[in-house]
Amino acid sequence: MAIYVNSDTKVLVQGITGSAGSFHAQAALDYGTKVVGGVTPGKGGQRFNDRVPIFNTVAEAKEKTGANATVIYVPAAFCADAILEAVDAEIPLIVVITEGIPVMDMVKVARAMETSKCRMIGPNCPGVITPGQCKIGIMPGHIHLPGKVGVVSRSGTLTYEAVGQLTAMGWGQSTCVGIGGDPVNGTKFVEVLEAFNRDPDTDAVIMIGEIGGTDEEAAAEYIKREWKKPIAGFIAGTTAPPGKRMGHAGAIISGGKGTAAEKIAALEAAGVRVAPTPADLASTLKKAVG
Amino acid sequence: MHPAAIARALADGALGSYKAGAPGPTPAVNKAMKIHEYQAKELLQRYGVPIPAGRVATSADQAYEVAKALGTEVVVVKAQIHAGGRGKGGGVKVVKGAEEAKRKASEMLGMMLRTHQTGPEGQEVKRLLIEEGVGIQKELYLGLVLDRAQKRLVLMGSAEGGMDIEEVAANHPEKIIKVPIDPVVGLMPYQVREMWFGMGQKPELIGKATKLCTAIYNAFVATDSAIIEINPLIITKDGDLLALDAKINFDDNALYRQPEIVKLRDLDEEDQREIEAKEYDLSYIALEGNIGCLVNGAGLAMATMDIIKHAGGSPANFLDVGGGATADKVKAAFSIILRDPKVEAVLVNIFGGIMKCDVIADGVIRAARETKLEIPVVARLEGTNVELGKKMLKESGLDLTSADNMLDAAEKVVRLAKERKKKG
Repeated sequence: MAIYVNSDTKVLVQGITGSAGSFHAQAALDYGTKVVGGVTPGKGGQRFNDRVPIFNTVAEAKEKTGANATVIYVPAAFCADAILEAVDAEIPLIVVITEGIPVMDMVKVARAMETSKCRMIGPNCPGVITPGQCKIGIMPGHIHLPGKVGVVSRSGTLTYEAVGQLTAMGWGQSTCVGIGGDPVNGTKFVEVLEAFNRDPDTDAVIMIGEIGGTDEEAAAEYIKREWKKPIAGFIAGTTAPPGKRMGHAGAIISGGKGTAAEKIAALEAAGVRVAPTPADLASTLKKAVG
Repeated sequence: MHPAAIARALADGALGSYKAGAPGPTPAVNKAMKIHEYQAKELLQRYGVPIPAGRVATSADQAYEVAKALGTEVVVVKAQIHAGGRGKGGGVKVVKGAEEAKRKASEMLGMMLRTHQTGPEGQEVKRLLIEEGVGIQKELYLGLVLDRAQKRLVLMGSAEGGMDIEEVAANHPEKIIKVPIDPVVGLMPYQVREMWFGMGQKPELIGKATKLCTAIYNAFVATDSAIIEINPLIITKDGDLLALDAKINFDDNALYRQPEIVKLRDLDEEDQREIEAKEYDLSYIALEGNIGCLVNGAGLAMATMDIIKHAGGSPANFLDVGGGATADKVKAAFSIILRDPKVEAVLVNIFGGIMKCDVIADGVIRAARETKLEIPVVARLEGTNVELGKKMLKESGLDLTSADNMLDAAEKVVRLAKERKKKG
C-alpha cells in the first residue's frame, strides 16, 4: 500500500529531454518505476532512450498511456505553465522538482488548484519514493530499503540523512515524501501525516522541518489531536540568524516568527520525540517506538 | 503645530518605521532583493501612491540644492542604507532650512551608520534622501505580503502606525486587520473598506485609501515584490494620505523577468562574498563563528551549523553548494570560505546521493591544493563509492580528516579548531 505511489503508479516525465529530466527519467527506469511517457512540446512521436514515448502535450500523454502521476523537471520560468497543464489534464499526482519558481506564479497555481482534485508535491523538492516499488524524483534510490517507516521532510539532503540512518539500522521505509523548501507548496506536513496515519503499511514516522512558516506548528496541532503512531522529529536551523534566508526560499525567520525553538516546543508538546542532532534521527525514532 | 512638535512627530515616525527590521507580522517573505527608500518611493509614485516631495542627494551641496528647491521650513535628511534601524542609529535628522540641511548632510555622508542590522562595523552612508517636512495628524501602518498558509497575498492595516509593527503583532494581533486577496480578481474596493473601517478610520478618506491600496497591490504584482510596507502611512494636517516611508523587497526568483528592478540593485550594500557566491550559484551567508561549512542542500547545511553548535563550536557561515556540486563549485566555495579570516577549520558535509564520493573527494583535494590550504579540513562524505573517497582523502598528503557521520565530523572539526587556536 504505502502512500501516494506504489508499483501500479504510471508516471509521466514533463521535460524528459532536458538534462535533469533525462538523467532522472533514466534513473527512475533503472529503479523499476513505470515511466510510461514523457512530454516535451515539439518532440512528440520520438522516443526517450529508444524506450519511452514522448508526447507534445500532457493531455495526449495521459490519454495514450493512462498515466496517473507526473513529475516536472521544466525550468522555473516555464514551470507554472507545466503544472497547470498537468492540472488541466487531471493527473492525480503532480510532483514538482523544479527550484526557483517565482512566488507569484505559485500563488496563481495554488489558486487554480483550489478547485482541482489533483495533489501537488513540491515545488523545490526531491520527490516521493515507495522503496522497491516506485521512485519519482531525484533521490538516490539505493539508500532506501522497503519497510514500515514513513519519512516526510522539507529538505532533500536531510531526508537522505534520515533514510541513510534508518537503512543502516535495518529499518526500511514505507514511503518518503519531500514536500519542498518553497513558501508556497502543494502538500503540507498535515496532509502527509494524515495519509501516514491511515496507511496500514506505515508503523512509525520521522518528520523533518526547518525554520520559517508555521507548517510544523500546524502539524503539531494535528498530531496532538489525531496521531496514533510513534513519531520522531527534527527541526533544522536552531543556529540560523533572523532575517537571512537559509538557502530555501521558505527557510527564513522574520518578525520573530518561525524559529526552531518555537517549532521544537510545539512538536514536543504534541508528543513528538525531537532528535537533539541530525545524527540521531533514526535512533530517536527507535526510542519513540520503545 | 509648532515646528519642534512636527519635528518630534517626524522623528518618532521615522524612528518607528525602521524599528521593524524584519518584514512585518506575518512570517512569510521570500529571499528578497532590497532597494533604497528613495527608490521604493519613486517606484510607488509611478503606480499612484502619494509621497512627500523630495530627492536623493550624494553630496552636501546637492542636499542644499534639493532643500532649497523644496522651499519648506522643515526638511528631513534620511540616510539611505539597506539596513533597518536607521532612526535609532542617527540616520534620520529633522532640520530647518537648506543651510542646516547642508550641514547635516556633510556630517552624515561618509559616516559609518551602525544599526541592529548592519553588524558592528556599520554601513557607510553614500546617499541621502532630502524631503519636505510634513504636518502629521495620524500615523497608520500598511503592508502587503504573502501569507504562506493561505497561499495568497494579504493586505494588512493597523491604526498603530509608526510603531514597531512586530510588537503590535505580538501583543495586540487584533489591531492588525488582514484581508486575503484572490489572485484571480485582485484587490477589491470592499476589501479596502473592510480593512479601513476595521482599523477604526473615518469614512472621509475611504476613496483615497482605496486608490492607494490598489496602487500598492498593482505595484506588487507588476514588479514581483516580496513585501511592500508603508510605515508610517500618514494622514496629514490637510487630511491627505501620504507614504512617509516605504520599503519594498523583491522576489529573487522573479528577477529574470524584471530588468527594470534589477537596475535598482545597489551592490555597495551587499556582502561581497555573498555576491561572489551567487555568481557560482552557491548560497552563502556569513556568520560570526570560526568553523567554515561546505554542505550540499539547504536543510543539511542548516543542520550542519546546528550540530557544530551542539559539539561546542560556532559556524562561520552557511553554505549550500546545491544538488549538483561540481569540482569547480566546490573549489569556488572553498575560496569564499577561506577568505573569511575568522575561519580556523572547515567542515565538508556532502550527502552524495547520486553524486559519487570519489568525484567529490577529487574536488575537495584539488580545491585544497589550489587554494594552498593551511587549516584543517574534516570531510564527511556519504553515498556511492564512499570508501574510495575516504582513501583518496587519506592518501592526498593534505591535512584532510575523514569522518564517519555528522556528529563525528562536528566533534572532530571543533577539536581541530580549538587545537589550532591553542597553537596560535
